[in-house]
Amino acid sequence: MIPLFLGFAALLVITSLLVVLHKNPVTSALFLVLSFSSLAGIYLLLHAEFLGMVQIVVYAGAIMVLFLFVIMYLNLQHDVETGVQIAVRRGIGWLAGAVLLLAGATLLRRGWALGPANEMLPDAGSGNVAAIGKVLYSRYLFPFEITSILLLVAMIGVIIIAKGRARPAGENS
Amino acid sequence: MIPLNWLISLSAIVFCIGVVGVLVRRNALVIFMSVELMLNAANLAFVSFASHLKSLDGQVFVFFVMTVAAAEVAIGLAIIVHLFRLRETVFVDEIHLLKG
Repeated sequence: MIPLFLGFAALLVITSLLVVLHKNPVTSALFLVLSFSSLAGIYLLLHAEFLGMVQIVVYAGAIMVLFLFVIMYLNLQHDVETGVQIAVRRGIGWLAGAVLLLAGATLLRRGWALGPANEMLPDAGSGNVAAIGKVLYSRYLFPFEITSILLLVAMIGVIIIAKGRARPAGENS
Repeated sequence: MIPLNWLISLSAIVFCIGVVGVLVRRNALVIFMSVELMLNAANLAFVSFASHLKSLDGQVFVFFVMTVAAAEVAIGLAIIVHLFRLRETVFVDEIHLLKG
């Protein structure tokens, strides 16, 4: 289990770095698919089978198809990454990331208190889809229903944005 | 059993890579992908704590985060497409209307 985890973790970190570093947005998107897939593998190792599958279907499937579609629709060229200003900003960006990582590492080195373990055990034998369904449709029913409104709002918003500004009545073309 | 420290460290590393991506890149689409990376790092933290505490609440939260991420991607990409139609660019340096 540990070697599998290490493999997935290495894949995740390397592909994430390549997403950020690669010049071509299409290649970045494809590396992002790989990183989402390795994250799904880690979810499976953590006995979150439902989330692993949803990760592949929603992220690696739907969201990345959307990304690739938009990249190809816009017909993007490679990034032009030259000039002193860009170099300075890039340096500042890496510095900020390193500082953030350092801060996280310092926080992690202290011990933290974990709450008591919950009684609701994920069913390790048959996967946890049934258990998640039960929780989702009982305790989290209201947030779950609100989610549908959120998706509806997003859908309407996308249609409005994509349609562009409405022309005043009577104006031709 | 995977140690919790490793999982949280992995989550922190991926989150930092996302932050660097947002700060360093100029292409709005790649910045958006980096935001997705950060969301996924947060999801990983949720799942690892849920697995450690033997609770399902964290996993349900990840489900909701995924829903919000899907909505966010749809709207964000629509905005980028609209921006491209208006300004013929997706480089965030060249979009400086507020600068005056």
